[in-house]
Amino acid sequence: MKRRRKHGCLAAVAVAAAAYAAAGRGQAPDARMAEMEQGRQVYEYWCGTCHGPGLGLPGFGALPGTHQLRLKYRGTDIPAVLDERTDLVPEFIKVMVRQGVSFMPQFRKTEISDAELDALAAYLTRNNSDAR
Amino acid sequence: MATLPPGVGSDEFAAAIAKFEAAIGHQWVFKSDEDVALYRDAYSPERDEPTERLASAAVAPNTVEQVQQVVRIANEHRIPLYPISTGKNLGYGGSAPILSGSVVVDLKRMNRILSVDEGRCACVVEPGVSYFDLYRYIQERDLKVWIDCPDPGWGSLVGNALDHGVGYTYGQYRDHFGSHCGMEVVLPNGELMRTGMAALANDSAWADYKYGFGPYVAGLFGQANFGIVTKMGFWLLPEPEAYRRGTVFVPKRRDIIPLVNHVNYLENLGLIGMPGFRSPLGAARAREPELEALIVKPGGPTDAELDRLAESKGVASWSVELQFYGPEKTIAGSWEYAKERIRASIPGARFEDGVSYRFPLSTEQRAEVHRTHRLVDIGVPNMAIFSIAGGRTEQNPDSADGGQFYFAPMIPRTGEAVLEAGRLLGQVYREAGLRYNEYFATPACWHYRAFIMITSLPVSRLDPEINRRSRAAFEHIARIAAEHGWGEYRSPPFGVDLVMGAYSFNNHALRRFCETLKDAVDPNGIMAAGRGGIWPKHLRETREAGA
Repeated sequence: MKRRRKHGCLAAVAVAAAAYAAAGRGQAPDARMAEMEQGRQVYEYWCGTCHGPGLGLPGFGALPGTHQLRLKYRGTDIPAVLDERTDLVPEFIKVMVRQGVSFMPQFRKTEISDAELDALAAYLTRNNSDAR
Repeated sequence: MATLPPGVGSDEFAAAIAKFEAAIGHQWVFKSDEDVALYRDAYSPERDEPTERLASAAVAPNTVEQVQQVVRIANEHRIPLYPISTGKNLGYGGSAPILSGSVVVDLKRMNRILSVDEGRCACVVEPGVSYFDLYRYIQERDLKVWIDCPDPGWGSLVGNALDHGVGYTYGQYRDHFGSHCGMEVVLPNGELMRTGMAALANDSAWADYKYGFGPYVAGLFGQANFGIVTKMGFWLLPEPEAYRRGTVFVPKRRDIIPLVNHVNYLENLGLIGMPGFRSPLGAARAREPELEALIVKPGGPTDAELDRLAESKGVASWSVELQFYGPEKTIAGSWEYAKERIRASIPGARFEDGVSYRFPLSTEQRAEVHRTHRLVDIGVPNMAIFSIAGGRTEQNPDSADGGQFYFAPMIPRTGEAVLEAGRLLGQVYREAGLRYNEYFATPACWHYRAFIMITSLPVSRLDPEINRRSRAAFEHIARIAAEHGWGEYRSPPFGVDLVMGAYSFNNHALRRFCETLKDAVDPNGIMAAGRGGIWPKHLRETREAGA
């Protein structure tokens, strides 16, 4: 639990830094900050339990989503943990969430609303300057 | 273009949709193709085929009163409804209906934890509450109670219990329907009913005593279609002082017979949680060419040949992991007792101490749990099970496909039955063109008075041939299993009639009774048509093969 909280704190700092950077491009920092914080919470609730940094079943070195992406991006420097990515774009995130892929099901709007999906996309693309 | 409910015209459907919107808010009625597609079964073995089960629309009420309004409107317009809780029953239909054209009633927004009583070890929750939600609620308040959770933590307590889902700790808790206590149901006519003590005008013991007075009707709402459950009480475990694991290894193939008897004895006395049977010899197959040669030889190996090989390699034929929960001294004593009892009965049995710790766990201990066994063993919901849900593997890292459904027959809780089921299922799987670990198959012990010989069958988003093969295998295996008295405890949507059809004593008296009730309480046949293999009168003609 402590580990998760620590990870959450670091992510919150990253959100603040990204919001500050976005503010430099003319976006209200408070609004951007609130959206990314919402996106971080959506990520931790819905995505991080599979795509986070923890362990999977005994014998698997990573959570299921992270394990899959580690295999997919083997031989590259693309991080396997989703919220460490710097190359994601909002459209891709939205397609994955609404259509699902492999054994990941799609997510309904009662689970992740359109507004929450926007926030999630903002959070996951915070490190991609080309996506903003 | 929406898949309309059978027998409902587009004008009638549009009128019903307008009333749903007026009742619960237009933003909570999903009718566009894009939104309705979100209700497809992500693990459907009928994907993109004409038989794929598709909703016509979805509605997401937020209160019991809204559920009642939805049900009344559905009656008025003869619109079939299909309730889901969190919609994560993957492998058993997910968020899709059984009858195409049904309007899915998505209860995810009804996600209130109504009470958690630490002293009475009980809770009352709505259908949208997941195991994660309840766990976080308990942790945030530092309550000393545990949940018995199934593998995927995003599932609903209510939905899982209603599909007879299972967990990992003590038997009385890991039968999730069995550990529920009192429910609230919107009946097919829109009336609200409560069961057990919750049926009192002023209940004070909703989750304490499940029977109340009179007939126990709660069972009618599991794997059935007699109403929409809007609240359920559950029993929780008190947080134990300590946890311990130990593994027993036995040398010979037929040692599984006394081993199962001993484990049953320990479990029936309440000394252990869910046991985990394995075959170390079977696990050695990939690295032992001699074993592989023995297995594939014409006629297969004899027990004596397998025993000689196991002895020569120093590998046990079978093992069982035992879990103990309770006071540290007590569970240490229980493990010693288990060893003593089994050592005296099975020559050559050996024992390995597993992890043991006191609660609450340190960060290091939690990491140790991750390394050595499943977090669900100690009541912590997680998603690690998807590590084995298909997708990319070290051997096939480019596979972009994944998902599965299950063939899960119940067999007697004996070693003889395990050996017989392994032999027969091996033969049937071979006939279906699939591999099965026939000499080394072990049971799942979730439902503690019977074994489940569960195996998974792959589904594909990309290749319909894989799906056709898996469906055909399921149908073939289910028929053969039924001939041997092995019925299934759950079913994917396409298999409900086949599975229910096997419970055929006295010309399907059970199903006929259920359908008599169905006609009485749901005369318009609007509620979850097909669930549990129970159909409303006007759809029975279309009952699929196998009945």
